[in-house]
Amino acid sequence: MKEIASVLAQNHILAASVILFGIGFVNLLLQKNLIRKIIGLNIMDTAIFLLLTSFGYIEGRYAPILVSTTDPARVEQYVNPIPTGLVLTGIVVSVSCTAFMLALTQRLYLHYHTLDIDAILMMVRKGGN
Amino acid sequence: MLPFYQNIPFFSILLSMVGGVITSLICSPRWAARLHLGILALCCAANGYLAWVLFHTGESFTYMLGHYPAPWGNELRAGPLEAMLCSLFALVMFLCVLGGLEDIQHDILPKKLPLYYLMLNLLWSSMLVMVYTNDLFTAYVFIEINTIASCAIVMAKDTGHTNMATIRYIIMSQLGSGLFLLALALLYGITGQLLFPSLRQAIEVLDTTGNYALPLTVLTGLMVLGLAIKSALYPFHAWLPGAHGNATTASSAILSGLVLKGYIVLLIKILYQVYTLPVARKTHIFDVLFVLAVIAMFMGSWYAMKENHLKRMIAYSSVAQVGYIFLGIGMGTAAGMTAAVFQIMAHAFTKPLLFVSAGELIRVSGHHKQLYYLRGAAHRAPLAGVGFTMGGLSMIGLPLLGGFVTKLFLAQASLELGWQNLLAFGVLVASSVLNALYYLPVILLIWTHGNPLKEELDSGARTAPCRSKPVVFDLPMPPAFAASALCLMAGVVFLGVFFNPVSVLIHQGLALL
Repeated sequence: MKEIASVLAQNHILAASVILFGIGFVNLLLQKNLIRKIIGLNIMDTAIFLLLTSFGYIEGRYAPILVSTTDPARVEQYVNPIPTGLVLTGIVVSVSCTAFMLALTQRLYLHYHTLDIDAILMMVRKGGN
Repeated sequence: MLPFYQNIPFFSILLSMVGGVITSLICSPRWAARLHLGILALCCAANGYLAWVLFHTGESFTYMLGHYPAPWGNELRAGPLEAMLCSLFALVMFLCVLGGLEDIQHDILPKKLPLYYLMLNLLWSSMLVMVYTNDLFTAYVFIEINTIASCAIVMAKDTGHTNMATIRYIIMSQLGSGLFLLALALLYGITGQLLFPSLRQAIEVLDTTGNYALPLTVLTGLMVLGLAIKSALYPFHAWLPGAHGNATTASSAILSGLVLKGYIVLLIKILYQVYTLPVARKTHIFDVLFVLAVIAMFMGSWYAMKENHLKRMIAYSSVAQVGYIFLGIGMGTAAGMTAAVFQIMAHAFTKPLLFVSAGELIRVSGHHKQLYYLRGAAHRAPLAGVGFTMGGLSMIGLPLLGGFVTKLFLAQASLELGWQNLLAFGVLVASSVLNALYYLPVILLIWTHGNPLKEELDSGARTAPCRSKPVVFDLPMPPAFAASALCLMAGVVFLGVFFNPVSVLIHQGLALL
């Protein structure tokens, strides 16, 4: 028990992001409300971004920004910039997916006046078009 | 100095992206369609040439974007197999759009048409990247682009059914790409690499030292699961019938024939280039895929039999056909992979042929998709009838057609295996019978004389539909459809007759992967 606790304490970011991923995943899968589903998706993505950023972070180092061109870049001062770059790309992807889903949700809401996915499904099956 | 042909993969991707932006600016839908078809034809020719060159020189090459060397740069990697698949996908997509032109114009608002072609172009460029990429994160980004574009072409019809199908599709897809991204993050955490060759070296080291064995197994599972959700392997197929069955004909054909395959090609590339088959076998991922594939081949056909809506029936048959592909992959041998790639090609011709023909049969039956109204449809559109018959027979596995050869290869590949052998034989036979059980009745139905809708309208049992347009039955056959159906039929027969050279090419290509 003590071992598990100490492992968790060492990898608290990993543990937190896995828990967040689970919360997001379950919300995306099981929520009936479309907006809540989309929020679940965002929680899930954020969890992975947290995980990725934590991989690149090295205790006590600085952001990888070159201050002046005459000063040579010292690699040992900086954190790993690649995960940060990946996270930025990932955020862009996540934003565009969210935007698409929100637009689709809006369209469904205007059509059926509800956000409940089961209710919409029933109406679609009943009403033909 | 780089030989010119090495630029072809990158230029094809760039061309379809830039072309996509331009199509959205063109006001005339006709010219947008022409530009899109032109780009596809060019990609088909260029990648075909590339495949020819690479088969002759017997090599594959890495293309560095911006000439940054390995750990920093982003890379594309092209071998003969990738080039051949891209050329073939471009050809099939060209034929799908051509065959579905009539329906596209019927289903989609004219002012939305250029945007529809924009999405098709984006879809195509993301397919290209998924086949050519040599970098895991690039693969992820383009998986997402592919998802958005394919959802957009489903919802382009903008009815309640398609919007609902799209939301289910995108939710499942997001789950899949979320899992893929998690696996990617964990893999990066363990190895610190993203390019396929570097990942492979790192995983080889992990394999020999035995470190991180459990995390590696788990993340392999997550990655394969993510891609399996997106390619509609059985328990994750729930989104497929709605999305593929309700969209406009061209979208259905492209989604079923190509988009599912894009993810599978990526999976095969990852298995070969990142894990290598022996390492992947240790994670037992192949056994899982094999079992799921067997279930998929049964259940896909079972659902298709119960379906009364023609396009949804064909969509359920895709679930079974994807099962065939995963059966080949699940064998985990070179012969199994060859069979899987052959099935990718055979299905890429057969399923669009079925969808395009079905679209035409539905069009001449007053846009009714229920099987009841399709009685006699083949007499109203003979070429579509022949196309549908041929596609159905290929699915059942008649010799001289593509589907038969897949079954032959799968059966041959299973001979090398242990416990899977009998199971594979049994499921191949059972699946052929099941396919026959739902394709043959439909084939008989469309060739039976009669026209139920006309009879109902004439007898007054049913009033004309509220669309205010009178229902016309003797519609002329669109020449674009005729060209497309004939080419797709030629493709199915070609794969069924000249399967030996094709399988040799696939084998060579896989060895160079």
